[in-house]
Amino acid sequence: MLNYILRRVMTAIPTLLIVTVMVFAVQRMLPGDPALVLAGEERDPQVIEFIRDRYRLNDPVPVQYVAWLGQVVQGNLGQSFRTRQPVTQLILQKLPVTVELSLLAMLFALAIAIPTGVIAAVRKGTAADYVSTIAALSGLSLPNFWMGIMLILVVSVQWKLLPASGFVPLNEGVWPNLQRMIMPAFVLGTGLAAVLMRQMRSSMLEVLKQDYVRTAQAKGLARFLVVTRHALRNALIPVITILGLQLGGLLSGAVLTEQVFTIPGFGKLVIDAVFNRDYAVVQGIVLFTATAYIVINLLVDVAYALANPKIQMR
Amino acid sequence: MATLTTASTSAPARTTSLWRRSLTSLSRKPLAMVSLLIIVLFILVAVFAPQLAPYGPAQADFLQVRKAPSAAHLLGTDDVGRDVLSRLIFGARASLTAGAISVIIAMILGVPLGLIAGFYHGFVSELIMRFTDALLSFPFLILAVALAAAFGPSLTNAMVAIGIASAPTFVRLTRGQVLAVRSEDYVQAATASGAGDFGILTRHVLPNSLAPLIVQGTLTIASAIIAESSLSFLGLGVQPPTPSWGGMLNVAKNFMNQAPWMAIWPGLAIFITVLAFNLFGDGVRDALDPRD
Repeated sequence: MLNYILRRVMTAIPTLLIVTVMVFAVQRMLPGDPALVLAGEERDPQVIEFIRDRYRLNDPVPVQYVAWLGQVVQGNLGQSFRTRQPVTQLILQKLPVTVELSLLAMLFALAIAIPTGVIAAVRKGTAADYVSTIAALSGLSLPNFWMGIMLILVVSVQWKLLPASGFVPLNEGVWPNLQRMIMPAFVLGTGLAAVLMRQMRSSMLEVLKQDYVRTAQAKGLARFLVVTRHALRNALIPVITILGLQLGGLLSGAVLTEQVFTIPGFGKLVIDAVFNRDYAVVQGIVLFTATAYIVINLLVDVAYALANPKIQMR
Repeated sequence: MATLTTASTSAPARTTSLWRRSLTSLSRKPLAMVSLLIIVLFILVAVFAPQLAPYGPAQADFLQVRKAPSAAHLLGTDDVGRDVLSRLIFGARASLTAGAISVIIAMILGVPLGLIAGFYHGFVSELIMRFTDALLSFPFLILAVALAAAFGPSLTNAMVAIGIASAPTFVRLTRGQVLAVRSEDYVQAATASGAGDFGILTRHVLPNSLAPLIVQGTLTIASAIIAESSLSFLGLGVQPPTPSWGGMLNVAKNFMNQAPWMAIWPGLAIFITVLAFNLFGDGVRDALDPRD
């Protein structure tokens, strides 16, 4: 077991290192002298020289990389050119909003995907299967920012049921918070629901062919019980894996959803940073998301290995 | 992202008949054929935009600002009095170009790297795969946003960014195909008869890996069109006044109370185009799957 975890960690480390090299390289490729950017309005050569010295900009690039990496490992992602706030602090401030949005989106996605996927598999080849397959493909094809705009148009502008945009922190009231999160979470969840539904359907079809399902059926267990009690549990495993892999998709979607509903989360932070040319924040976010993705998938793999010893053999 | 597909490969002798059989099978799928028709229609609209559009895409009329759909402006006008239908027609150009060019970039980058990573063992192959893993760990849109921001916002840069962000899928897919094909008898025979690596890769390995690449290519066009419209919606793709569906939605979201028609049509156009590519891709996948 320990061997497997070690092996898995050892493959994640080079990937993480390459991620840092890529982020650092792109930072270097950006037009403009970083010292001048940091100096802002200040054009005094002495100040610029001081900045060069302080940020080791006179050192050879590999030395700069190692120094930068040393800082990153300690959780220091630099500071915002604009607000002078540490990037790590900015990210940690905005992260809870996006995490809440993503968790709610996952709930929506699972609530849609599991029943429809199961029904499509159990009723394979019927109209129900056909309709849910088309619905899933439609969900994949729907640009989520447009869906957000349409929902605002109908639910907020026409029906006046929910606020069109904005954000209220959870600690200032659960209901006001949820009122503003329902639509964005639903919008963010639909694309994911489509992916999960397709996976649910195909893994359910696989499981329904298994011997133990046939045995359960042969001993006279009701079809409903066979599906929910025996098949579903095993069919869910690949669905959960896909959920882990879709984390990046959720974060990408959050960028757009937060923009449409003006939610002050992670996605809004990156877009604002891009338009303010606040590259330190952009780099920090890119590095943070990639690292989070690698670490979460590593944890998912390890959790699986713990749950299912057969995986370690592969 | 669209899902990866793997189809088993066949010996070269059977290739032609397999392709023909797949085409016949594809032509019998009504959903795929309707999708193809829609795609062709949209391409024709993009090509003949100047002939089809009733007005110029940038022709503003300040006396006709935010007018609801009427006989003169079938889909209404926008915030500066431009005809929404005309902008929609011209906007097809950005979306379809972005879909096609991004996929070409992704394939030009991804396929050769996948071939090398699959055919050779050792350090280079390992390095390519670690780079691919690293690229895959960046959330697609955040990577595209960061690249588009670094290169500067424009359609060309958006296409390059989407192409780079989509390339890892092709590296993985090609490598998987090569690994499956390289142990086949005909590849072994070619090696034994002294064929060079380049010849084996281009003459034997690549043609037998084409089917899943075509499927993935079609599905990636769909995701690239969404990505381009997302970047344009964020202001990082096509720059105004050039029309693009995403850019039109970016403006429309500010006038939802006053001019809802501005927001409906561009989104519908993106949806229909992307759905058509996804349905067509699905159809091609089924048609090329020899197990059926």
